[in-house]
This record gives sequence, C-alpha cells and structure tokens, in this order.
Amino acid sequence: MKSGNPLSLRKLVCKVGSVDEVGLGERVAKYSTRSLKKESKIFALRLAASMVDLTTLEGKDTPGKVAALCLKALHPHAGASVPCAAAVCVYPSMVRHAKPILRGTKVKIASVATAFPSGQAPLATRLAEVRAAVGDGADEIDMVINRGAFLAGELNLVQDEISAVREACGKSALKVILETSELETGDNIRAASFLAMQVLREGDFIKTSTGKTAANATLANNQIMLDAIRDHYFATGVEIAMKPAGGIRTAKQAVTFLIAVKETLGDRWLNNTRYRFGASALLNDLARQLMKEKTGRYQAPYTFSEASGSY
Amino acid sequence: MNRLPITKTPKCLVGGAFIRSESGRVYPLQDSSGEFFANIPLCTRKDLRNAVEAAAKAFSSWSARSAYNRGQILYRLAEMIEPRAEELVRAIMTTQPDRPAAESEVQTAIDRIVHYAGWTDKYGPLLGSVNPVASSHFNFTVTEPMGIVGIIAPEESSLLGLLSMILPAITSGNAVVALTSHARPYSSILLGEMLAVSDLPAGVVNILTGARADILPTMATHEHIRAVYACVGKAGRTEIQKGCAESVKRTVFLDEEKTIDWHSESAQGLDKIRSFVESKTVWHPIGN
Repeated sequence: MKSGNPLSLRKLVCKVGSVDEVGLGERVAKYSTRSLKKESKIFALRLAASMVDLTTLEGKDTPGKVAALCLKALHPHAGASVPCAAAVCVYPSMVRHAKPILRGTKVKIASVATAFPSGQAPLATRLAEVRAAVGDGADEIDMVINRGAFLAGELNLVQDEISAVREACGKSALKVILETSELETGDNIRAASFLAMQVLREGDFIKTSTGKTAANATLANNQIMLDAIRDHYFATGVEIAMKPAGGIRTAKQAVTFLIAVKETLGDRWLNNTRYRFGASALLNDLARQLMKEKTGRYQAPYTFSEASGSY
Repeated sequence: MNRLPITKTPKCLVGGAFIRSESGRVYPLQDSSGEFFANIPLCTRKDLRNAVEAAAKAFSSWSARSAYNRGQILYRLAEMIEPRAEELVRAIMTTQPDRPAAESEVQTAIDRIVHYAGWTDKYGPLLGSVNPVASSHFNFTVTEPMGIVGIIAPEESSLLGLLSMILPAITSGNAVVALTSHARPYSSILLGEMLAVSDLPAGVVNILTGARADILPTMATHEHIRAVYACVGKAGRTEIQKGCAESVKRTVFLDEEKTIDWHSESAQGLDKIRSFVESKTVWHPIGN
C-alpha cells in the first residue's frame, strides 16, 4: 500500500483547504474558449512580452550566449514593436556577465540559486550561492524548495529554509519554486503555496517549476497557485506574485494564462511586478504573433529565431 | 430488417489526421443526379495556417530522407492505390458519371505516381552540374527542395489534376498544402484517406476543401509558403502575384481558362520537378 502524506502535511492541507481537481479541470478548460477581439489580443500579446523572464539554464551557457540573451531581452524584435522583457534568468555564474549589459535598463537580472534544480545541497552551500548571486548584481533570486523535506512532512524545516534564503536575498526579490510536478497532488501544491507565502514579502513570487522535469507549468497548477494567492491576499492583504515556468512556448498558451490571471486575481496582477512567464522560446512566438497582427500576414518562425518546423 | 444507412462525413487531411474545418462550416455537395451527397468542410485561413504548421513539421524529415527512400515511399503509394482503384473510380463518378473517363483518370493517376517515384533519385544529377570557372575553385550546383508549396488545384480534375500538381513538389522533398476542387472534392478526399495509410509521413501532403476566396489570399501572403502552384484564371493569377510579391514567393501557373490535357506526357516530367527546387552553387577552394 502506498503510504499517504505524513500527519503534519495532512494537517496543513486541512487548514488551508483542499483542491477540487475535477472542478478545477473544468474551470481551466474554459479559459481557452474565450473569444478575443483584435485590440484585446494585441494588448495581451504585448503584456505577455513584458512579463517574460527570458531564460537560459543550460550546462553549455557561455558569457557570449548570455550577452546575446540580454540584448534580445532589451530589443526582442525591431519590426513588431515588442516591449522589452521583464528579466533575464540565468545561472549564478552568469550574473556578472549580464550585469554590465543590463545596468540602468528596465530589464532585471534573475538568477536561479540554492542548488537549482534539485535543491539537494547543504543549506549553508545554498545560502552562499544566493549571497554570491546577489553580490554579483542579481535583482531577483529563483530558489527551489526542499521537496524531499516537504513530502516527508518536515514543514517547519522547509519554511525556515525559505525564510533563510529570503534573508540572504536582502533587497532582491525572491521567487520560490515549488516544482509542482514533484508534489504529486493539487492539495500538496496549495499547501506548499501557503507554506511559502506565509514567509514571503509583498512582491515576492511563487513559481511552478524548474523546467527541468517532465511536467511543467500547466493551466491547472497555475490556477491552484492563483487561487492560493487570492485566498492569502484576502486573509492578509499581502500581494504575492506568480510565475509559471517551463512548457509555455506559444503566444496562445500565454494569453490563456493571462485570462486565468485576469479572471482570478484581476487587473492588479496584470503587470510584470505581479506575474511573469519563465520561458525561452515564448518571446519569439509573441513577436511573431504581434508581427502577424501588424501586417495581416502569417509569419514564418525562421524570421523569429526559431527553427522552421518549431510550431 | 430495416437498417439505418451509415453515411460518411468527408474530412480534410491535415498533418496525417482527418479534420473538419475549425470554423465548423460546410457546404453541400450534390451528385451528378442532383441528389444531396455529403457536406464538405469549408476550410478557412486558420485551417490553412494549421496545415502550414503541419507541413513545416513534416518538411525537415521528409526532405532529409534519401532520394531512394522517397522513391520507395511513392512507389508504395501506387501499390496501395492500385487495388482500391474502383473506389476512386466511383468517387469520381459521384459528380462525373462517365465510367470509361473515370477509369482512365485513375489509371493515369496511378501511373503518374510511379513515374515520379522513378524520378526521385534521377532529377538531382540532371538538374545539378559541375560548373567550369576561371579560378582555383571546384564549382558545383546542387538542388534543394524549397520548403512548403501551396497548391490551388484545378476545378475540373480533382484526382489526376491534383496529383499531377502535388507529385513534382513532393518528389524533391517539399511538403505541400493543397486546396482541391470546390465542385468535385470527393475523389481528393478519398485520395487523402489513401495517403494517410500509405508510408508517406504525416504532414507531407495536406489537402483542404472549400472556397478559393477563403484560402487563396492567405496562401499567397503566408510567409512560410515558399512557392505557389496554381491552376487559376486571370483574376486569380493577379491576386496571387500581388500576395506573393511581399514574401518573394515563386509562382507557377496553369491557365484554368484553357483546356489542360492531364493525360498527356507533357503534364509530367523533369520540368515540373525543376519548378520547385532551389539551386545551391558551392565555390570550393582547391590548390594551384
């Protein structure tokens, strides 16, 4: 028999409420059926572009590649008047290469830290990584929670670690990656959201995924977290921000996610201090769709830095 | 015992799947006696967009296959259709009841597939060349497929005409998005069903049905379509040329206002293949 959640986790789920996964599935399925008129679509595409955390998190990242990414975040596409991205998201060792290019611009530098993506390193090591990234100039830190401890029921440990990382961030914003695919159930995602939000400051983020596992951000887990943010806001008045990451490749997906934000949290969350997309290819598709709206002609992906078959 | 007849819903072939139009619209097709035959999907520009996406996904692997393998696949297609020839004959006869003409059309269509199956590994040597140059370079020209070819098929001949336009494009590794005859779509739809179960990879040939007015302008302006091969009249030709100018597409026309003999030898061959390849010339430095 598969053992269920430990007692402490079950108690937390009881306290914050559980998730109706069937109802949730029906609700999010409706988001993609909204009919958007042209002006609303252009508004949504431009807004989504301004919310992109342009990401490169690969072993083969080089300073040159990061520099090119920074320039792309600043000037996504000349023809389609695409607003600049919200941030670039890189590994800590790349922050110092991005800093000289992005200093004084609207584009922030986000760095994953805390032994991303597994988080399986001693706390002291993880905190040292955060301090190093902040020291190099990271404006935002994307941390991963200790999923092993969470699933084992050591909730205080998880929360204390988030607090410790938040202290280490100083003035930099913190994004807490729950890694929803490893939390197994909607109840656990909601519980983990609350666990994180209870120790976060206004404007800090909760984030779905690392993008390094098979399952990434979905409308369903995004919705669970948006609902948690709303409930937390009603209870405390603290506005926590949200970042789905991984698997959002097309403009159409991004617009559907924005509809979920608009209908769950309202206009106050429709800006890049409250909502972000962690993505690498999305910005290209947003530019392609904006160009299509501008010219009236369907565009080919290869003029937007994508391979010919990458629809 | 009374039995309700099971009628067929004709659908389009996009990306190896049978689709209705995303718009949900259809138009009624009458058979040659004027009876209602079926509702045919009335595809929109969004269906064209989806078909182009399917073709783009198929193109890279189809064009990367060896010429020999493309030939095998085309020949296998002829093998698959031959035993089902009678089905195609009956499909043509729903709107054109002349049986001998229908039988002849199907036979020529199958032979034409075999014809192009033979060309796959032969057009390259004939269209490529080693060029004499007055410098220390080894200079040669090879052909490459263009990418996605948009096809506006003839109204008259929806099996042989359509196939005669599709085959030269896919022989060299292009992927195709075709709009078939509005008045006689059924044999094209049946052809699509045969393509779907042949060895041809999904998305290499996509067949849409519907009105030219809905599809033609978008096909002309879509940036990802690299050539348009259209059997149209003067007005259609002008519209396509205007649309294609912006994205610098190649255009190849057949004149709809003249009678085209699809059975003729001149309706097939190397010149048709040449229309849908790009030439790449390489200057390779050599010693001395």
